[in-house]
Amino acid sequence: MTRALLDAANVARVVDRMAHQLLEKTGGGRDTVLLGIQTRGVPLPRALAARVRAFEDVDLPVGTLDVTLHRDDLRLRGVRPLAETEEPPGGVDGKLVVLVDDVLYSGRTVRAALDALRDLGRPRAVQLAVLVDRGHRELPIRADYVGKNLPTSHAETVRVLVSEVDGRDAVLLEPAPTGSARAGQARSGAAGGAR
Amino acid sequence: MRHLLSAADLGRDDALAVLDTAERMESAIAGREVKKLPTLRGRTVVNLFFEDSTRTRTSFELAAKRLSADVVTFSAKGSSVSKGESLKDTALTLEAMGSDAVVVRHSMSGAPHRLAGWVRGSVVNAGDGTHEHPTQALLDAYTMRRRLGRVDGLRVTIVGDVLHSRVARSNVLLLATLGAEVTLVAPPTLLPVGVEAWPAAVSYDLDASLPKADAVMMLRVQRERMGDSYFPSAREYSRRYGLDRRRLALLPDDAIVMHAGPMNRGMEIAAEVADDPRRSTIVEQVSNGVSVRMAVLYLLLGGPSPRDPSLLGAPSPRDPALLGGGAGTVPRRRRA
Amino acid sequence: MTAWLIRGPAPYGGEPTDLLVRDGVIAEVGRGLSAPRGAHRLDAVGLVALPGLVDLHTHLREPGREDAETVETGSRAAALGGYTAVHAMANTDPVADTAGVVEQVWRLGREAGLVDVRPVGAVTAGLAGERLAELGAMADSAARVRVFSDDGRCVADAALMRRALEYVKAFDGVVAQHAEEPRLTAGAQMNEGAVAARLGLAGWPAAAEEAVIARDVLLAGHVGSRLHVCHVSTAGSVAILRWAKTKGTRVTAEVTPHHLLLTDELAETYDPVYKVNPPLRTAEDIAALRAGLADGTIDAVATDHAPHALEDKETEWGAARPGMLGLETALSVAVLTLVESGVMDWRAVADRMSVRPARIGRLGDAGRDLTEGEPASLVLVDPAARWQVDPAASASRSRNTPYAGRELPARVVATFLRGEPTVFDGKALL
Repeated sequence: MTRALLDAANVARVVDRMAHQLLEKTGGGRDTVLLGIQTRGVPLPRALAARVRAFEDVDLPVGTLDVTLHRDDLRLRGVRPLAETEEPPGGVDGKLVVLVDDVLYSGRTVRAALDALRDLGRPRAVQLAVLVDRGHRELPIRADYVGKNLPTSHAETVRVLVSEVDGRDAVLLEPAPTGSARAGQARSGAAGGAR
Repeated sequence: MRHLLSAADLGRDDALAVLDTAERMESAIAGREVKKLPTLRGRTVVNLFFEDSTRTRTSFELAAKRLSADVVTFSAKGSSVSKGESLKDTALTLEAMGSDAVVVRHSMSGAPHRLAGWVRGSVVNAGDGTHEHPTQALLDAYTMRRRLGRVDGLRVTIVGDVLHSRVARSNVLLLATLGAEVTLVAPPTLLPVGVEAWPAAVSYDLDASLPKADAVMMLRVQRERMGDSYFPSAREYSRRYGLDRRRLALLPDDAIVMHAGPMNRGMEIAAEVADDPRRSTIVEQVSNGVSVRMAVLYLLLGGPSPRDPSLLGAPSPRDPALLGGGAGTVPRRRRA
Repeated sequence: MTAWLIRGPAPYGGEPTDLLVRDGVIAEVGRGLSAPRGAHRLDAVGLVALPGLVDLHTHLREPGREDAETVETGSRAAALGGYTAVHAMANTDPVADTAGVVEQVWRLGREAGLVDVRPVGAVTAGLAGERLAELGAMADSAARVRVFSDDGRCVADAALMRRALEYVKAFDGVVAQHAEEPRLTAGAQMNEGAVAARLGLAGWPAAAEEAVIARDVLLAGHVGSRLHVCHVSTAGSVAILRWAKTKGTRVTAEVTPHHLLLTDELAETYDPVYKVNPPLRTAEDIAALRAGLADGTIDAVATDHAPHALEDKETEWGAARPGMLGLETALSVAVLTLVESGVMDWRAVADRMSVRPARIGRLGDAGRDLTEGEPASLVLVDPAARWQVDPAASASRSRNTPYAGRELPARVVATFLRGEPTVFDGKALL
């Protein structure tokens, strides 16, 4: 049974808060770039950049990062289509790169993103911003900016909707697809998968 | 999909998936200092080349290595007494080595098909006799798409020794799958009986076909064919079917000139045409070959090993989004 | 010799009757026969009785390729297929182009004792196609050769073919031509057509066969000789033969079981078990061949049984030797393609697989009627049986059957050679 955890208004407030936190921790966004993790992490950095611009007239360069080729679960789940990696204008060398994703779960996607990031260049530092942290980490990874902490079970899936793609902003809690509900098995799925 | 033996193995969605993946692979590598992706780490790819081919062999080798696979090259010169025993025994040896994929080039049509019956890994046909060369067709289509923005609806003219050309066979099949319009131009002696059944038009007149061609693909013609009276002389052949400067001017302004190589400069293609900086795609076809082969290896080996599809409880090792449903997840480049 | 009372078979699929076999002949035919003392009994109710089958075209590979087949193993396969006589082709090593070699093969056949092995003599020395072999010596030898063939190769030289046709008239011989114009089939791998174009395999055009047949029937008509055409495979060939026969030319022809059933599309697997010479053709050709056999334009079914060692078939198509096994499956394939399709009845099958082949080979004691006084060389077939072809169970030394795993109709239950059983209850006795 699907439950809405955040509606559009709350999503907007959460993003606002994250934008303020980002400005605070990065000293006003100095030498900072946002990199959205494909595929569902892409609209979020744009939203964050827009809020940052609105608050302090700072233009954070935005890019996208496809991590498919660095995933550790291809052998289990099969190949997936590759998405686009677009370096933020100005590149990543020497920058503070903030990886942005919608849901943080096992941490494997972020780990793959760190590997993929190495191929782009050598950032000065890397931080992580996620809209939802649903727990169940399998790797020692934590986010610097968290929109909402949501304890969940493996039998559930967190789905983030964005207006550009889905027509509205929301965070939903749904039962996991049957294939991923088994304990101890790969939790990847088309949505809300291993993060 | 376990093997790539023929261009006909790829439906439209599969073929587009290869081209799209190749595009992503190319950008993932381009401009990077370390041209390496970890995706096929631990996979073994064997290059089994019974026919000499530095170009194709190194292309596959590079593709596999860029994906961090282990590559073993087995160069077995086909002996004149080509006993099949060597093929089967070779297959059994590869099996004992536990290779995940075998890329095979052989002088006899159908050799990869036989091999596929004897090994558990994936078999990729890198050219078998006069039958097919599927990755060549894929890189040719990729080249057309990059240069001209699309393959669907393109008018492609293929010129030369169609009868003996595996490049022609694979291209005719793949281009039809991708919606292009193919015309074959050759002397009647170099067209196979049964070509009427192919999804392509046939013409003996090169001059007439050029003004309507978006892409012209020249096939290598061996001089030795003269000995079997396929054409009377090299001179007559190049006069009637060679792409020279005069014919280049008959092409539409944006048309491209392609050749899989190796070329017989002066025979089927004039040197200055081959070297035309604007129209000729011959050099970029080679670099595109690596990206396309990376895509093929990724799609065949990136998932569960073909040797052990039972690793997973799931019904199919392939993500259904890759076939047919990929449109939503792969951001589209603007098409011309 | 033990007498046999064969109870209740249907000769030529007709009315059931009893057959009493004694001293090598059919002693009595009638209902309710009683067995003489000491006679064996064979319950053949429900079985069809035919004269022992005669194969005009078999490769026994001995001498030279005993790893693929021997006269003995080939004879056993033949007997299991219902044959009582086979013509062994001359392309052995050494070639059967002298009295010495044909007598050797003939003797090996007698020693095996399973079928009458009739050696075929080569037309040209060494099959080289340059000069005639000693045809007269072979005819006069103990092997009494009457059929001469360079099979495997074509007698391509027109003048030489004419001479051969003329020469064999002296001893009522016949030249059996493997019709293939070599200049049109250099490097050929399969039937030339749409499938070959797609598969990238060099084509073997129908015209290469038809052109030679056309030439040979004209020559045979001109010099007044008999001519036999091996393994006809195309609709065009059938048309030419039909025309020649209406003109009164003394030409006979044979077709293989595989050419009555299998098409060139099987090459798509690139499995060389389907590689054969002449190649498998199209459905149109198959239809014409069946019709030709039915109306008598084609006189005989001949197996062209061609055993090959594993290493000659487990290879790339281009490296494989052409040829298929055929002795053990011939009758079943004939039933499948001709009887079950309603094109021919059992009497016609007997005619094409025993009577006419015996006549062409000039075998006096084969292909006879199943009547009193005739030699008791016959085969009992279960028409209702269905069996699955298992290459491993073949009596041949080789395994290259194109029917592996297929279910076929009709099963040979017993074969008798001049009153002695060679096959009983589906198993060879020797």
